[in-house]
Amino acid sequence: MSATDQKTKAKVAFFDFTSCEGCQIELTNLGEEVFTGLLEHLEFVEFREVMKETAKGPIDISFIEGAFTREQDRKRLEDIRARSKMVIAFGACASTGGITALKNHMPDYSQNVYGADSSAPHLASQKAQPISAAIKVDYAIPGCPIDKDEFVYIVSHLLHGKEPVIPNHPVCVECKMRETVCRYSYGHHCMGLVARAGCGAPCPSDGVPCEACRGFIEHPNQEALTKVMNERGRMTSERAKNKSRMFTATLRGDGA
Amino acid sequence: MSSVQTGKNMKIDVHHLTRVEGHGNIVVNISNGAIEKCEWQVPESPRFFEAMIRGRHYSEVARVVSRICGICSVGHTLASVKATEAALGIEITPQTRKLRTLLKHAENLDSHIVHVLFLAAPDLLGAPSVFPLVATHGEVVKRALRLKRFGHEWGSLLAGRTTHPTRVVPGGFSELPTTQQLSDLKRRFVTEIVPDLHSILELVLQLAPKFPAFSRQTEFMAVHSDKEYGLYDGVIQTVMPDGVKQKYEVEDYRSCTNEYVDRRSTAKYAKNKMDSYMAGALARFNNNYDQLHPEAKKVAEQLGLKPLCFNPYLNSAAQVVEIVHSAHEGLRLLDELIGAGLKEEPLVKPTKFGAGASVVEVPRGLLFHWYRYNQSYDCEAGDCIIPTNQNHANIQLDFEKLVPELLQAGKTEKEMELALEMLVRAYDPCISCSTHYLDVKFKK
Repeated sequence: MSATDQKTKAKVAFFDFTSCEGCQIELTNLGEEVFTGLLEHLEFVEFREVMKETAKGPIDISFIEGAFTREQDRKRLEDIRARSKMVIAFGACASTGGITALKNHMPDYSQNVYGADSSAPHLASQKAQPISAAIKVDYAIPGCPIDKDEFVYIVSHLLHGKEPVIPNHPVCVECKMRETVCRYSYGHHCMGLVARAGCGAPCPSDGVPCEACRGFIEHPNQEALTKVMNERGRMTSERAKNKSRMFTATLRGDGA
Repeated sequence: MSSVQTGKNMKIDVHHLTRVEGHGNIVVNISNGAIEKCEWQVPESPRFFEAMIRGRHYSEVARVVSRICGICSVGHTLASVKATEAALGIEITPQTRKLRTLLKHAENLDSHIVHVLFLAAPDLLGAPSVFPLVATHGEVVKRALRLKRFGHEWGSLLAGRTTHPTRVVPGGFSELPTTQQLSDLKRRFVTEIVPDLHSILELVLQLAPKFPAFSRQTEFMAVHSDKEYGLYDGVIQTVMPDGVKQKYEVEDYRSCTNEYVDRRSTAKYAKNKMDSYMAGALARFNNNYDQLHPEAKKVAEQLGLKPLCFNPYLNSAAQVVEIVHSAHEGLRLLDELIGAGLKEEPLVKPTKFGAGASVVEVPRGLLFHWYRYNQSYDCEAGDCIIPTNQNHANIQLDFEKLVPELLQAGKTEKEMELALEMLVRAYDPCISCSTHYLDVKFKK
């Protein structure tokens, strides 16, 4: 590749906050062909998990993994925003708070884990929020983890100046398309009826319920969800009410 | 702390060390030759998983805790279902045990490939990251990407996916691969993976002399099994610097990990008989060398690796030995599974409720999970002790021996910074797991 190519490539960077870094790991699973293909169009300028180099100038696209859980992280987020033409929330934690928000309704989470040490200042942690609570976000890639094919789809659309479309239909549609027998037919439960699709519905086909790791579709009927899980999914009412905290705590009607 | 009269001033301040999973800082201050500060700090943002699993049904707990770590989520899932099964009196079938052991080998190979080739190798090749190597070592990078993808596909065939598995559930597997899929995997092992591995091994052997020399006697802890090189099953074992080994039951894990909170870290620290111990590939190698596959032993010999090895930089070399071990053991287990044919088995149901503990070896060392369930099989309490936490104190003590040695040897600030970074990277820390850690700071 020549120096001129390097100038025309989009400069991309990856950053991580409160997360497991699994969405970044998914990139290493793209394989030789796709990854080296991406390198023909992208220049990685900063990516702490795999590079020592840091970006010197402006960044075209910054991907941010992880939730916003500490006030002290706000400045770093603002700094990334100032350096970037476009900011993309990368994965469930950055998009909605994801699994890290599962503690939000518990007043005693710190005491529970750190005991008498929980008041130490370095262990401070507030409620988990999406990064959009701190900075402007241009796009959000949902999923826990992200779908690596969807990542390639979104990047390729952005490079071509096209608007990527994140599906707004429920996971049930994708189960029907791949002819997966409904979890409720087995007397099990599932959140696919209000969960945002786009993942290809791998979980129900692997014999486990959809837990809405990509968040809800717009205007989900949460009351009906609880009712269906209770009446048809053999769940106690309390468990049915609590189920949607797993990945969608910040999207619930009660906000926790 | 010790003082070496060189009259030197140094200030190393590595904030958020790169090429490790999670966040850590290295801080060293040397004033007029005296070491004022020399710390390994862990500022990772805490996430409170042990609190979050309270009230979750036993069928959901593994899918919550797998999110502790994106790199070792297979290991967290396996440790979780094992602890849940112990707590609820679920006895898994021999087929499930074999499939999970095969999955453990997939994870070990997958994760070690990432660490050795993408995170550690650039230091040995004098590059800041893998990206410049695309131009200078293109073929190696392509092979590394192919091997990584293969590790991912191997694990996904069994677990549904490798980042946050779907199919591994308490009582067995919610879905099985077909025997045909296992045969296809075996064919790819032979035609694709063996040639790629050979070529990568040649590179590693060329680079081996570049591993820094350093030695500090410490205690090594690993899972030990009488049947095989301990990964999925076994008891806790430590080997002391004099070679004496001691075993501990899994239920007694708290008495040999002794976690405590240190002001330098949002992750907890651990110790057993000595002031610190080491977990991970080198600890497994030192504890269980005799049970390695002959081909893996051959590679160890080529790399000059012998038990007991007290050089933590050679943890990466021990990972290479384990890559070879897991490839060969993986092939053997695949043969057995294909020969017997896979049978659909219903998930084994709970027979009691209460508390249970587990241990598995994940790429970075021993991983302990413990849960207590009520009669509705809802989780009441949990405890997860992560390998990287177990290594924090050992890294700190390595620093305290290494920094005076480097100062005495007349190393520059830059050389010292690189040596400390490489040391931490050698442990392959997984700080998200431990919560998130690594900064090197030198204060003048």
